[in-house]
Amino acid sequence: MQIYDEMRHEETVRAHYARFSRWLSTQSPETITRKRAEADLLFRRVGITFAVNGDLSGTERLIPFDMIPRIIPGDEWRKLEAGLRQRVRALNMFIRDVYHDHDIVRAGKIPAEQVYTNAQYRPEMQGVSVPLDVYAHVAGVDVVRAGDAGEFYVLEDNLRVPSGVSYMLENRKMMMRLFPELFVQNRIAPVAHYPDLLLETLRSIAPAGVDDPNVVVLTPGMYNSAYFEHSFLAQQMGVELVEGKDLFVDENYVFMRTTQGPKRVDVIYRRLDDDFMDPLAFRTDSALGVPGLLTSYRAGRVALANAMGTGIADDKSIYPFVPDMIEFYLGETPILNNVPTFQCRKPDDLAYTLAHLPELVVKEVHGAGGYGMLVGPASTKAEIEAFRERLIARPDGYIAQPTLALSACPTFVESGIAPRHIDLRPFVLSGKEVTMAAGGLTRVALKEGSLVVNSSQGGGTKDTWMVD
Amino acid sequence: MMLSRTADHLFWMARYMERAENTARMLDINLKGMLLPQTPDQAARAQRSVLRISELESRFEERFPGSDSREDMLHFMVADTGNPSSIISCLHAARENARAVRGTLTTEAWETINFTWLEFGEKLAADELEKSPDMLFEWVKYRSNLCRGVMVGTALQDDAFWFIQLGMYLERADNTARILDVRFADAEPNSREAARQLEDFYYWTSILSSVSALEIYRKVYRDVVTPSRVVELLILNSQMPRSLLASLDGVCATLDKLRTSGSNECERFAGKLRADVLYMDIRQILETGVHAYLTQFLKRVDELGVRVMRTFLMLPLA
Repeated sequence: MQIYDEMRHEETVRAHYARFSRWLSTQSPETITRKRAEADLLFRRVGITFAVNGDLSGTERLIPFDMIPRIIPGDEWRKLEAGLRQRVRALNMFIRDVYHDHDIVRAGKIPAEQVYTNAQYRPEMQGVSVPLDVYAHVAGVDVVRAGDAGEFYVLEDNLRVPSGVSYMLENRKMMMRLFPELFVQNRIAPVAHYPDLLLETLRSIAPAGVDDPNVVVLTPGMYNSAYFEHSFLAQQMGVELVEGKDLFVDENYVFMRTTQGPKRVDVIYRRLDDDFMDPLAFRTDSALGVPGLLTSYRAGRVALANAMGTGIADDKSIYPFVPDMIEFYLGETPILNNVPTFQCRKPDDLAYTLAHLPELVVKEVHGAGGYGMLVGPASTKAEIEAFRERLIARPDGYIAQPTLALSACPTFVESGIAPRHIDLRPFVLSGKEVTMAAGGLTRVALKEGSLVVNSSQGGGTKDTWMVD
Repeated sequence: MMLSRTADHLFWMARYMERAENTARMLDINLKGMLLPQTPDQAARAQRSVLRISELESRFEERFPGSDSREDMLHFMVADTGNPSSIISCLHAARENARAVRGTLTTEAWETINFTWLEFGEKLAADELEKSPDMLFEWVKYRSNLCRGVMVGTALQDDAFWFIQLGMYLERADNTARILDVRFADAEPNSREAARQLEDFYYWTSILSSVSALEIYRKVYRDVVTPSRVVELLILNSQMPRSLLASLDGVCATLDKLRTSGSNECERFAGKLRADVLYMDIRQILETGVHAYLTQFLKRVDELGVRVMRTFLMLPLA
C-alpha cells in the first residue's frame, strides 16, 4: 500500500513544506526537547486537559501535541473548502427535507426505511420550522487523504456536537508562542477569528423578532471531557456558559437564573446530545437537560444549534447516500470523494464483507470515538472471528469500507522524527452564510502504523496551516 | 447580572483561597511558637488549640486517634485530603470552583489559580512540608497574594469581581477572628497560668506577624506590645486590612455594589454587624471576655454567609 507523505515526494520535499523543512534542519535536538517541555508546561498551566474525574489525585491528561505542523497548500485548501461547503449545504437541505417534504425518499434516492425507522430520526421534528432552514450550524467533517495522489476523502460528517475546535485554536496559539519566527517566514492563514464567526452564526439564527439575542453555551458540566472547550468558546464569544440546572422554561420561553432574577435566553449553542436535552421528551433520567425545552423549541421561542434531529444526516447508514444528496438537491457533481461503503444490511454487501474482513474496516452504524470498529489489517485472527459473529448476528448495524492508506506526516516520536498517520477535521459554520476558518484540527495516530487518531485511543494533535 | 451558579463558584473560589492563606498564617504562628522555650504541656495545648479553633478536633481524633504529635497535626492541616479545611483541600476547592467558571475569569487569573494547585502538589511530593514548613507557608501566602493581585489587576469590575471580593472579605472576617481567638479559647478563665500566658510578649508578636501587622502595630501605637492593643488593632482598626472592622467594611461596600431588589435584608444584617463592631470599645470587649466576644462574632459572620447564599446564590428549587 503506497502511503502519501504530506511533506515529501520520494526524496524531495514538497514545495509547501520547503521553508519549514529548512527551518527544522537548523533546530538542534536540545532546542526541540526544551520546546516540547515548554509546550507541556504551558498546556498544563492553561489547563487544557481532559478526562478529569473529581478526585484529588490531580491526574488529568493532556492530549499529546506534536510540534510539526500539518501544512496544506492554498490551492488544495480551496478545493477542499468548496467541497465541504457543498457537502454541508446538501446535508442541511436533506435534514429539512426528511422532516418536511420527503422529496428525496419519494424520488427513490434513499430507501424510506433507512430514514424513518432510523434511531437517529426524530419524529418530534416533523413539520417544525427552524430559522433559515439550517439544522447543522456547526459541522466537524472528518477528512483524510489517501492513495498515491493524496486524494481527499470524507470519512464522517459529524453534525451533532462535533468537538475539537478549541484544540485547533490552542495549538495555533502554542505554535505562535513557541516559534514566532515561523509565522514571520510563512504566510499562514489565521484561525483566531473562529469564535467571532461562531457567534455571528449563532446570532443569525435567533427567533424572529429578537434583535439582540441572548446567546448561551449549554454544557453537561465540568466533568465532561470536552468541558474545557465549552468554557473556552463561551469565554471567547463573551456569552454565558450554562448548565441545564441554570435554565428553566416558563410560558414556553427559556430563562436563565441570574443573581438578579430570570433572564430570557434566545439561542442555545448546546454541547449536549439530543437524548439529554429535555427529560420530559427524551431520556427521563437525564439531569443535564431542561424540562420543557422541546416544547419551547418547537414553538420557535428558542433556537438550538445544532438543531434537534441532525443525527439522521451523519449516521453511518446514511453516509453512502451523501453524493446522491449533492446531485439531488444542488444538481452538482460532488467535489469530495466518499469512501466506497458496503452496507451490510444488503445481502450482497454482507457476503462481500464477510469474505474480505482481514482487509476491510467495519464500523458500527451508530458508533463513535473509534469504538466498536474493526480495522481488518491491524487485527488478529481471533479478533476478526469474534467480530464476524457480531456482524452475522446483526448485519444491519454495520457498514464496511476498504482500509484507506491514510496519509502520513512527519511527527516527533521516541526515536526522532517519523511519519505517522493523520486526519483532518475542518469546521463548517452555517447560518445566514456558510463560513470557515482556513484550517482545522489535525489528529495524528502516534502509534506506529496505527490508523486510529482518536484521543481516547492514543491520538495526538498538530497545528494545521493553510499557506499560500 | 450574572448566573447564580457562576456567582456561587466565584464566591467559594475566593473563600477557599483566603482560607488556605489564613490556615497557613495560623500554622505559622504555631510553628514560630515551637522555636520558643515551651513545656511539653504548653506545646500540646498549642497543637490542640489550632484544631479547636478550626473546629476540627473530633475529625483529627478520628484520623489520628490519641495522637498529639506535631507532625500529625501539620499533615492533617496541610496535606490531608480527608480534611476539608486542610490547605490542600482548600486549594483544590478553589481551583475546582475556578475551573467551573474559568471562562468568567481572566486567563491570567485562571492560570494563577490552576498553577497554584499544580505546584502545591509538586511541593508536597518533594517533602517540603517536612523539610521547610515555614517556607511552604510563605509560599501559600505568596500565591494567595498573587491570585488576589491578578484579580485586581486584570478583572473587569463587574458583579463577578464583587462576588469574589465578597467571598474574600467574609472569609477573612471569620479567619482573623479565629486566629485571634486561638489563645483566648485556650486560656482557663481566671487562672494565674492563663494570665501569665496572655501576657506572653512573644506570642502576641507572632500573632501580629502572622497577619503581617507587627510593623503596623509599631506605627500605630509606638509602644510595647500588649494583648489588649493587639485585640484592638485586629478587631477595631478599620485601616488594618485584615481586621474585623476592615473586613466588614469590605463586605458592606461590595454588598452595596451588588444591590438587587431582593438584597435589602442581607445588606441590613451586614450593616448592623459592621455598626456593632464600629461603635464597640476595646474596654467593653475586654469586660465581656475576648473569647465570648469572638464566639458571638463568628456566629453572626456565619449567619451572614448563609444570608448571602440565600439572597444571591441559591438556585430556586425547580
